[in-house]
Amino acid sequence: MSLILDGIREALALIFGADADLVQAALRTLQVSGTATLISLLIGVPAGVALALSRFRGRVLVVALVNTGMGLPPVLVGLLVMILLWRSGPFGPLQLLYTPAAMVVAQTLIAFPLVAGLSLTAVQALPPRLRLQIEALGASRLQAAWLLARQARLALLAALMAGFGGAVSEVGASLMVGGNLRGSTRVLTTSIVLEAGKGNFAGAIALGIILLVLAYTINDLLTRVQQRGR
Amino acid sequence: MPAAPFPLEALGLRVARGRDFRLEVPELRVARGETLAVLGPNGAGKSTLLEVLALLSVPAGGEVRIAGETASGAAGRLRLRRRLSLAMQDPFLLAGSVSENVALPLRLRGVAGAPAREAALRWLERFGIAGLAGRASRDLSGGEARRASLARALVTDPDVLLLDEPFSALDPPTRETLQRDFQRALAPGTAVVLVTHDRFEALALAHQVAVIVSGRLLQSGPAQEVFRRPASEAVASLVGLESVLSGVVLDGADGVARVEVAPGAVVEAVSQALAGERLRLCVHPEEVMLEPEAAPGPGSARNRFPAAIRSIFPHGPALRLELDCGFPLVALVTRRSVEDLGLRPGGRVTAVFKASAVHVFPGRSPA
Repeated sequence: MSLILDGIREALALIFGADADLVQAALRTLQVSGTATLISLLIGVPAGVALALSRFRGRVLVVALVNTGMGLPPVLVGLLVMILLWRSGPFGPLQLLYTPAAMVVAQTLIAFPLVAGLSLTAVQALPPRLRLQIEALGASRLQAAWLLARQARLALLAALMAGFGGAVSEVGASLMVGGNLRGSTRVLTTSIVLEAGKGNFAGAIALGIILLVLAYTINDLLTRVQQRGR
Repeated sequence: MPAAPFPLEALGLRVARGRDFRLEVPELRVARGETLAVLGPNGAGKSTLLEVLALLSVPAGGEVRIAGETASGAAGRLRLRRRLSLAMQDPFLLAGSVSENVALPLRLRGVAGAPAREAALRWLERFGIAGLAGRASRDLSGGEARRASLARALVTDPDVLLLDEPFSALDPPTRETLQRDFQRALAPGTAVVLVTHDRFEALALAHQVAVIVSGRLLQSGPAQEVFRRPASEAVASLVGLESVLSGVVLDGADGVARVEVAPGAVVEAVSQALAGERLRLCVHPEEVMLEPEAAPGPGSARNRFPAAIRSIFPHGPALRLELDCGFPLVALVTRRSVEDLGLRPGGRVTAVFKASAVHVFPGRSPA
């Protein structure tokens, strides 16, 4: 119990002391997870909507793959991205390994299936005849997809929140492809692993509290948008 | 380009759904300014037909022509689809304001801004809900949403308007005022297809009627014709002629045949049938009149039968009486006359109908 109280005390001290390392890790967290979420939004929502509305051979296979991707272990993603970005790997010349960009790639691979899979479900949950009605009003396929996505916007925002949650909470991939370099690729989750490893539990708890507050703030923002459009 | 005489034509349509369901419609035409009611029970294929007519799905065979043109390819279908409109049983208003919903079909066609807003408002006025223009669509009542969806369907001045049970699930007064407002709002040249299972609605709104049962077009023609002279028993039951009788002609003269439909029960029917022929016939329920049991001698009506009242049920605005005259007979009468005669189930009454109220099915009876 005292450990948690110590953690809270230390968290307050870190926040109000504007600890440079902490601020940097928090900002990096926001930057990396925010970018990954944004990319997932831009490709995941259209992919999910398209998958919901299209009929092609092997569609069920693709849907099953996306659904599997929703539960992908971050460590596996980290391993995959690491191999791809390794100096001798296919994307080695880009020299992205151990940079925030590598972490964005890894977190996008984690968040994308979440956003795409939940977007797919969101659009499929709409009444099937709604699509016919919209097309009968003169909508092209693209216009119909846009209108249907707008009808499902509450669920799409939930998909976005799930994507952000997946990105901001993972640690395995960030450690592997980021390397937890102070001032560069250190984010809140990797800091927690580091502090806990050093035996500084109060510090780890403090970072955890800060991570939670950060995640809550972002989700609170998205929730407000979602519930306003209800 | 001169306006095509038939804004909507369907020729040789064949549609397959799943393993068991097939819809076949050899020919269907709707002229400018005419309303065709597609009448059929649930699961008959009415909505499937409407989807094909709306160019939303491609039939396995046959073609749909909009204003004389046949669509080819997705782009061609979209272009022709933009000349028609569809309103479903569910109003399916989208999130947003009522006026945004009504303006949507125009925006989808590239008309935006003030012209779209003004057109939307004009149609909302025609449906008496201009005051709701700024309201969120989800805050509308069922009747208001229906009005908004009809305004949305008409805002583009379509050549062809397809309606899928648009007036069902409304309470009777709401339905009647909406039907009246709808007919007033309709542009005179619009060809309308109205899918319904309600024969009163078909009678009230349609010039032509097509009857579909189990995916087959059983009969089509002018509404009065189909209702007056159904081609088969299946059509007869859909247009409200439920109990079909069968009997042997005793003798026929001057276009009236005397048919024994039950031992000792002889019905006179307008028919050219000859003695010995076997006929199937039914009696138009709304033309059966009821008189007290011990009514004075026969008037002009040839058919008078003492009857036992089996049941009395409300039927639309009227009451439906099932009678036993030695053969089953259904009568549709006003509540007033039932009250005046003091009728109740188990009681007795005299049923009277003219020979012209009897419909004789065409063709020889199979048995």
